[in-house]
Amino acid sequence: MIYIMERIGVWVGAILTFAILSFLYKDNPFYKIAEQIFIGISAGYWFIYTIYNILIPNLFTPVLTDFSNNRLLLLPAFLGFLMLCRLLPKIDWVSRYPISFVMGTTAGMSLILFLRSDIIKQTSETMMNPFSAPDLAATIGQLILIIGTLTGIIYFFFSKKHEGVFGTTARVGIYFLMVSFGAAFGYTIMARISLLIGRLNFLLGDWLGIIKP
Amino acid sequence: MRRQFPLIITFFIGIVIIISEFIPHKPFGQLSNTFYGWFLIISGFAIILGQLSLFKINLIKISRKAPNWQYYIIALVSFSIMVLIGILWGTQKQPGLLANTQPLVAFFGRKPFDYLFKYVFENLSSTMFSLLAFFVASASYRAFRARSPESTLLLISAVLVMLGRTTIGTWITGWVPESLTYLHLPNIANFIMEYLNTAGQRAIMICAGLGVVGSSLRIILGIERSYLGGK
Repeated sequence: MIYIMERIGVWVGAILTFAILSFLYKDNPFYKIAEQIFIGISAGYWFIYTIYNILIPNLFTPVLTDFSNNRLLLLPAFLGFLMLCRLLPKIDWVSRYPISFVMGTTAGMSLILFLRSDIIKQTSETMMNPFSAPDLAATIGQLILIIGTLTGIIYFFFSKKHEGVFGTTARVGIYFLMVSFGAAFGYTIMARISLLIGRLNFLLGDWLGIIKP
Repeated sequence: MRRQFPLIITFFIGIVIIISEFIPHKPFGQLSNTFYGWFLIISGFAIILGQLSLFKINLIKISRKAPNWQYYIIALVSFSIMVLIGILWGTQKQPGLLANTQPLVAFFGRKPFDYLFKYVFENLSSTMFSLLAFFVASASYRAFRARSPESTLLLISAVLVMLGRTTIGTWITGWVPESLTYLHLPNIANFIMEYLNTAGQRAIMICAGLGVVGSSLRIILGIERSYLGGK
């Protein structure tokens, strides 16, 4: 029975794959159906994921098993309930309290996290002696790294008009950013193509059995 | 009360979390940890709110017979099925309300929630994202028409990275002698990724970091208050 259900699952997967790919021709009912199934299933998946992996272990289990030590958790539960009131237009303003809590926490955490990992860490990594590198290529690379980082930062400085020496430096910064965007773009293309190859593998391997893994 | 109290909450929580980074002792460290735990719980409710909001919007569209309203029924039905199955029989690691799942596992080969995840969700999501390969191809054509020094650099960088990271790159420059090993496409791609790309990414990260710090301060100090809504 398991084998039959697996084959049915593979057939359903193949039909849905074709329904999505049919969008390449034009928007059509098959694509719309598959799209709505995708929306519904993914929303349902994240709903269940949130309940089982966030709310049950962090709220329901502690409160139900050891109430006296976890009674304070009723406060975030109440705030969470107020958050759900956003669905009711007459009292949707009460959701401002949990939102302000989330905003305060996020702002505080982001400030510390970005200050530590993105600003201090990246700046200190750039403050290096390029001539301590083991070979010529690495020395040139590290010099490029320092120049690229500095000119890139100068490009993002908009409080001064980009002209003269400042403008030329900012222009060099743009070139470094373009190389970076190109590399990111190349990686994105490769990732998408690899997903497409994965789909073809599924259709030709799992579904039709033409190719063997 | 409706606007001032939320601003006070944001200020208090934000300041406590920042102080706890520098003074990780009582009461700041303890308060900060408590707030992290609460944040997780409230965020969970926020995710639930998102799903319920989707459900509500779809219901409204159906009741008002909006264009293509029939398709929204499908979204509602798939959402409800996924949620019901998840609650009743649980997931691979979590038990559901109904304890006895053995007959269903024997029938499907796994729990029904995981069956739908594997054969429906996984296939739909990977196909949806693989579809982007075709649109990226058309975007590449537009981006790669080198009309300025900037787009030429973008083109060269993308092509070198793609060739250097695939077997064809190794094959193309495989004949280059060992003494000129730095001309091998994989090595060129490595050099671009290690130095040129890192330089650009680092500049972006430092500047974005400064932007986030500025925005966070604006939120904590109550200068930025658009999240409270217009009313």
